Amino acid sequence: MMNQNLQIILRIAWRNLWRNRRRTTIMLVAISLGVWAMIFMSAFMRGMVDGMLVDGLNSLPGHIQIHHPNYVDDPNIENSLPEPNEQLRTVLDGEAVTAWSARVRVPAMITSERESRGVMLLGIDPEYEPQLGFGNSVIQRGRFVADPGEQGIVLGAKLLETLETDLGKRVVIMSQDPDNNVADRGFKIVGVFKSSVIADEEMFVFTGKETVQTMLNIPALVSEIAVNGQDARDVETLLQQIRAHDSPLQTTLPWYELNPYLGLMANVMDGFVLVFMIIIFLALSFGLVNTLMMAVFERVREIGLMQALGMKPTTILYQVMCETLILLALGLVIGNLVAVVTILPLMDGIDLSSVAQGLQMAGMSTVLTPSLTTLDFVLASSVVIVLGLLAGFMPAWKASRYRPVEALAKT
Amino acid sequence: MSAIECLDLCKYFQQGDSVIKALDHLSVAFEQGAFVCLSGPSGSGKTTLLNAIGGLDELDSGEVRLDGQRIDNLSKSELADIRLHKIGFVFQAYNLIPVLTARENVEFVMQVQGIPAQERHEKANAILQEVGLLGMEHRLPAQLSGGQQQRVAVARAIVSKPKLVLADEPTANLDTRSMEKLMEQFVALNQNHKVTFLIATHDTRVMAYAKRQIKMVDGQIVADETR
Ligand SMILES: Nc1ncnc2c1ncn2[C@@H]1O[C@H](COP(=O)(O)OP(=O)(O)OP(=O)(O)O)[C@@H](O)[C@H]1O
Ligand SMILES: [Mg+2]
Repeated sequence: MMNQNLQIILRIAWRNLWRNRRRTTIMLVAISLGVWAMIFMSAFMRGMVDGMLVDGLNSLPGHIQIHHPNYVDDPNIENSLPEPNEQLRTVLDGEAVTAWSARVRVPAMITSERESRGVMLLGIDPEYEPQLGFGNSVIQRGRFVADPGEQGIVLGAKLLETLETDLGKRVVIMSQDPDNNVADRGFKIVGVFKSSVIADEEMFVFTGKETVQTMLNIPALVSEIAVNGQDARDVETLLQQIRAHDSPLQTTLPWYELNPYLGLMANVMDGFVLVFMIIIFLALSFGLVNTLMMAVFERVREIGLMQALGMKPTTILYQVMCETLILLALGLVIGNLVAVVTILPLMDGIDLSSVAQGLQMAGMSTVLTPSLTTLDFVLASSVVIVLGLLAGFMPAWKASRYRPVEALAKT
Repeated sequence: MSAIECLDLCKYFQQGDSVIKALDHLSVAFEQGAFVCLSGPSGSGKTTLLNAIGGLDELDSGEVRLDGQRIDNLSKSELADIRLHKIGFVFQAYNLIPVLTARENVEFVMQVQGIPAQERHEKANAILQEVGLLGMEHRLPAQLSGGQQQRVAVARAIVSKPKLVLADEPTANLDTRSMEKLMEQFVALNQNHKVTFLIATHDTRVMAYAKRQIKMVDGQIVADETR
């Protein structure tokens, strides 16, 4: 019974849709365009935010970081913590951790023959570090830090330029030890790196962990232990495991507390995309309601006839809703397909470096890569179907309220 | 108990300053299996009476009973159900759903009733053959002549053998030959299945088939003859 009704409803809805080809086509193009805009813009907005997240996480770096309790407020050499003990290492070497590194990270002054700059000196162990702190970067010339006892230094290309020095030349690094004595040391430049985040090139210099520990007189102490899990968005379990080893001398923080702005951005994104989609659809819905109203008004007589022949008002309502639904579904399919087709060629990323000075200052990558997520397709489809059916309800309701004799009397 | 009972029906239309009495305290009853012609001048209330009996229009006062059940106070949905299962309609002017082919129009009521496709097709084929439209079943209404459209409407009205057929000018666009064929079908259905027929018509050729003739003027019955 229901099945038979559905069949006739669908048949009439489908044919009605194509009676006014021009009107339906225009509406279909409008819906498809709207859907395309929803997906396309979301992909780029998400891409931009993902890029900021990735860059942000890479230059933190580490999804989870262990510090001396005072380090976050005062990243001073005094606030160092011991290298991980046995128990903590079992967690760090476990499955949930993809990379970790214990490193010395101190503000320092770098001086070449011509220039001086303030930088962040990173004393690292190359066995652990590259997957973490060097994620955005590649060695351009020379080599990376070879071992924890490395005597040479690795600089960013940009810094090399400002210091007006070059590979193979010497620079002096100056910093403070825990007793506030000046500690300095000469280094030979053994490598130059490029980074997708230009700020990193100016900020970070790398050398061996043990070399820095010796220079600053902090044997077996580090500034931070950085840990990466499988997924930055899902670090809770790992966080709890590591926190179990916290002591008065060490405290553990996730990235979204280390950089609250980054955390906020990741959190509001879904809501932002949804609002954006709803706004696009609201613009569309005026046209949709109008079209459906016209379509229903033109068909007063046959709607009356169908009622006179024994079709229930609710069935008439479903039939008009069905028309709306078909229109929306077609628009969704076309819009989504066009979105995928237009986004896929851009998946390698769009290089913005020519216009990117501002972006770089904001700490963003110079390559914008769109991000296609299933969630956005689901969001767009839900917005279109739910709001579309709401918009279609009024005309459908109106159609179902026609009295058969009134409808038949119109000539 | 009569199959159809109308008691003191009134239906007024306001037309400018004057009131038109389309039905004016009209009472009448019909037995199951009656074959009735309604005649009368244009505007005398024939269509209004058929609409009232078919539950298509609200009355200003009065009662309509089908098989003893009052229908003038039912909901739109309940009325739709009664029309669907008990009544076949041929309307005066606008009869066919424009997006459906002749065959689909004939099958429309059966489909809404939920009759399986196979049975529907067989019945539709048989009736299309009877009204002489075989070969045109795939045409849309716009591709049929007025008379052909009329025959499709008749086919739809009688295909599921309802208890009651309300036909408003069913022969308006038909030549004598087609008219005779149509009336013979009506008579056969009436005799073999006791289907009640109420036919509003100006056509004296049609009146000749009637067993009972009712003449209306100004919303009232002025003559009621049974042969
Ligand atoms: N919706 C309406 N609004 C105003 N007046 C109406 C309406 N429907 C019918 N009438 C009037 O009611 C009266 C009866 O109309 P009805 O259609 O029943 O006549 P009829 O006997 O069927 O006429 P015809 O032979 O021309 O079909 C007419 O005077 C008509 O003008
Ligand atoms: Mg009439």
